[in-house]
Amino acid sequence: MTGKSDNPILSMISRMISPFIMIYALYVIFHGHYSPGGGFQGGTMLGAAVILSRLASGSELSRLLLGKGIGTLMGAIGVFIYFGTGFLAMLLGGRFLEYKYLARIMPVSDAMARNWGIQFVEVGVGLAVMGIMVALYDDILTGEPDA
Amino acid sequence: MKIINYFILIAFCGLLIYVSLDLPNRADLDAVINRETSPAGTPNAAVFYTRHSYEDAHTPNIVTVILADYRGYDTMGETTVIFTAGLICMMLLRKRRKP
Repeated sequence: MTGKSDNPILSMISRMISPFIMIYALYVIFHGHYSPGGGFQGGTMLGAAVILSRLASGSELSRLLLGKGIGTLMGAIGVFIYFGTGFLAMLLGGRFLEYKYLARIMPVSDAMARNWGIQFVEVGVGLAVMGIMVALYDDILTGEPDA
Repeated sequence: MKIINYFILIAFCGLLIYVSLDLPNRADLDAVINRETSPAGTPNAAVFYTRHSYEDAHTPNIVTVILADYRGYDTMGETTVIFTAGLICMMLLRKRRKP
């Protein structure tokens, strides 16, 4: 579990494929309206890409990609986006999480406002899942020689 | 002992395959879940979602609409659960006892 490898092939290949995993994860999140996918699935893949770089090149180098305390912070921001969307709908006159009322500040129809509300919420979920996955990995490594 | 385990595994697999033969086909209009009313006589939720989700949210993926819009509270709870689990792990694991 120390996570540091001296094998150049491993670190090179992981460095090459982790951006593609991230792109595909973003596709899964933002294409969730039209195909299977959504915040949870895409967030898990984003977290997996970060954890792959942590495993292959060691925590010290991988901190350049995502710092130590950032994971929990990103989780908090994701949950805040979800609640914020709900409260924004409430402030605009609707009930909690009634995205229809977002149309009052966006130049779109009611149905498209619900579409956008779903998108905001999915982005929040994806951020939360990714942050918490990376934070769990970092927490488990606390006190180990690599961490 | 191992042989019994394998036997139980194969028997369970056979049972699941046998049960799966009874499942309704996809888009089978006579299946119970696709009828307009449930066997108890109440209106069926699946029919409502299938008919209204596109007009309501302009999103072709019905599952996404149900998860994030009709059942938004539920997904909010799930996200909060994940966040809480992360916070508790942080509290438990980040503080190491001194040897």
